[in-house]
This record gives sequence, structure tokens and C-alpha cells, in this order.
Amino acid sequence: MSERLLLNSTSVPRLPRHAKLRFDRARDCWIINAPERVFELDAIAGEVIQLVDGTRTLAILVDELATKYNQAPRADIERDVTAMLQNLADKGFVIA
Amino acid sequence: MIDQADAPANAQTECAAATGTSDSRNRLIPYAVLCELTHRCPLQCPYCSNPVELERASREIDTDAWKSVLSQAVDMGILQAHFSGGEPTVRKDLEEMVEHASKAGLYTNLITSGVLLTPARLDRLRDAGLDHVQVSFQDTESENADRIAGFRGHAKKQEAARMVRAADLPLTVNAVMHRQNLHHLEDMIAMAVELDAERLEVAQVQYYGWALKNRQAFLPTRDQLDEATRIVEEARVRLKGILAIDYVVPDYYARRPKSCMGGWGRQFLNITPAGKVLPCHAAESLDFLEFENVTERPLAWIWEHSSAFNRFRGTDWMPEPCRSCDRREIDWGGCRCQAFALTGDPDTTDPACEFAPQRHVLEMPIGEAGGEIPEFVYRRIGNG
Repeated sequence: MSERLLLNSTSVPRLPRHAKLRFDRARDCWIINAPERVFELDAIAGEVIQLVDGTRTLAILVDELATKYNQAPRADIERDVTAMLQNLADKGFVIA
Repeated sequence: MIDQADAPANAQTECAAATGTSDSRNRLIPYAVLCELTHRCPLQCPYCSNPVELERASREIDTDAWKSVLSQAVDMGILQAHFSGGEPTVRKDLEEMVEHASKAGLYTNLITSGVLLTPARLDRLRDAGLDHVQVSFQDTESENADRIAGFRGHAKKQEAARMVRAADLPLTVNAVMHRQNLHHLEDMIAMAVELDAERLEVAQVQYYGWALKNRQAFLPTRDQLDEATRIVEEARVRLKGILAIDYVVPDYYARRPKSCMGGWGRQFLNITPAGKVLPCHAAESLDFLEFENVTERPLAWIWEHSSAFNRFRGTDWMPEPCRSCDRREIDWGGCRCQAFALTGDPDTTDPACEFAPQRHVLEMPIGEAGGEIPEFVYRRIGNG
């Protein structure tokens, strides 16, 4: 990698090889395993990260969440999801 | 040949409660197991995290014993297995263990010096399901690096790091830093970027075991440390999203102790080449403790019930000022091995805490930092 990844609505986010998503029965939550780190995801982050599979653009991903959670304005979902994934991208746990 | 900082002492759990997580019966669930497959290693780093009393090859537990441990680890809710040593690649059955761990659902990490790696072996390890590789470096400049390691391996390490990336495996560069190489910290950061590492661990030597024997040869001055911190902070901003940098400072200069292992018996287990189960890689230095063996007891029983794991678990054992401190469940009283090594009292507050009654034991080493550099006591059998 030579440049910082900045996510936008056309980005197709996915997890890099060293970050592995799985549901952990012992802790009853989704987790990302990464080198010497474990991210335990809350229910909402778990919903989002399951859509981060390298097939959806960020825009499509937000559309799907907006349909599912139709009480929340799409703009709010977009802002929150982008911030969450950018934060993971800055730590190297999301690529596009 | 790894420094303590390679071990999960500095692993982090994010979004988790600082106290770790518990299951429905309120038992603590560990996150990771460090499998020290062997103490054999071609390198002789004088800050090695292995105990001063090294285990001989004849005492190593076999492949099936390790496989059983890994299966039991999964059942306990453990998420990650670190394969370390000594040099773990001297074990010819490494691939078999990685495959077993990976198939069982563990995240697998190889902590290696790299000097014995070949492209074919890396391909086999990748195909066995290996998730990540950490390669250690002693310096960026080969003459000094080889002198510190007591082995001519620096060029091979760079080659090994490139092989890791060529095998499409993610790479962490593990840089153990101290007064004899801190002046190359900027070069080390540049080397990690050049080697296409995703992560760099800048681990200042922590003073236990071999490193404690060599403390004066390694302990930087306050000014050297401040300069290193400035370099790391600048690089973190400049390389955001390109290279993640983890930074472990020597706690002699800290105001508060580190949360060693995230608390004794809360998040991690360490298994020695002979199968002994420890709460941390240095715990055998607490020579009054008795450690159970995986060949004699189930791992879950050892974690939950053994006297060694319960000796410093939680807050009941704590003396003042820990007991009434509002950080007692943040730093857990600091490091028990350090408290014992520096004061002779395993139940006292870690001297790395500014409120420790025995804080003064750090005055002598800090006062001598920057003075004459003694010869190394190299890590080898019989040198302890």
C-alpha cells in the first residue's frame, strides 16, 4: 500500500486477507480477527460488516441498510456507516 | 528469539470491556493462546522473552499433544493461536498444527525470525490456512543487527519478509528497539513500508529474564525515548492507512504500569514447549508457583481452577495502593513478574506505577541509562 484509502459512495469495501470475520458463539457477537487484535462488534456494526464482502458499493450497502431500518434517514445511515468503515480502513481492516 | 512485546501482552481487544468478556456462567473467556513450540533457535538475542532456563528439545510435547491443545482452545472460546518459540519453524510439524488450528476456526499467526523460511515452506503454511506472519528484526543495518542477534541473519530476514509478501501472506515487521538501535528508528519505519508490511510493531525491550540480565546494555535514556515517541507519532500521521504502527514503551519511564496481559488469567494463556500452561510467557520467573501441564489436565480446568491462574486473578490479591485505586481494573496492578524481579515481593504494586511504595528501585537503572555499554549476555543454554 502506498496511499491512504478514502472511502466514497462508489468504493467497494471488503476485508483484507489478514482480517477475518466470523460469528463467535462464546461471546454471542460478530468479531473480526486481526493480528494481535480482536474487534468485538456490537449488533449494528455486525449488521454492517456482513455486507462488506467486496460485491457491494458503499452506496448499495447503505441502500440495503436504509431499506431494512426505514425509521432512520438514509443520510444519517450513510454518515455513520462511512465513518465506521473509514475508521476500520485507517487501521488497515477494510480495503476497497 | 522474540521479545516479550511480540507476545500478546500488547494485544488489544477493541470494543470489548476492559475487563474481558465472560460467558453465561460468568466465567472469563480467553482470547488467545501463545504456543511456544520449542526453545530451539539459531539466534541468541540478549532480550529473548524465553525463560533463562531453556527447555531442551527432548522435553518438547508432540504433534498430537499440540493438536489436542488447539482443539480444546476452540472449545473454550479462544479466537487466536500464535505459533512462536524459540524459532517455531524448526518444528517440522508446524504445517500440521497450523492446518489443525485453522480448520478448527482459530486465527493463526506465525511469529518467526525468518532465517529458516523458504518459499516452498511458506506456500505450504499458507495452504494450511496460516493467516498472518510476524518477522522480527534486530536493526536496519546488518552489522549491528547480526551482532545483537549473535547470528548472521539480517539479509536472510529481509529476504524472508519479501517471501512472505510474495506468498500473499500479510506481514508485520517486529522491531525490538533499545539504546543500541533507536537511532535507526526512522530507517526501520521506512524498511517496513519498503517490505510492504501492513503493520509495524515498535517494541521497546521489556526487562525480564534475559533482558533484565542485559538491562544496562538496552535501557535508553529519557531523551532517546522521547525522540522515539516523537518519530512514531509523526509516522503514524504520515502513514495513516498505509502502515499501522503499534508502539510499546519501556515502562521504567511510565507514570502508570502496563495492563500486563490484560490482567492475570483474564485474556491469555501461554503454553511452553514442555506443555506447561502459564498466564504469561515470563511467569516461570515466579518460582513459587506450580504450573499444570496439558498432558495431565484439560486446558479449561487449568484456566479456571489451577492455583497459578487464580493466584493473581481479579483484585482480591491486591495490596494498597492498588486495592483502593480507581485504575485497579484497568492496569490490574501492573506486572507480577516485574514486581517480583525488582523487589522480591510478588504481591507489591509494580514499581512502574508512580504510586508504588518501591518505585525507588527504578532510580538506579534509570540513573545509569546512557552510561557505559556492557557486553551482552547472549541467550543460549548454559548462559543463564
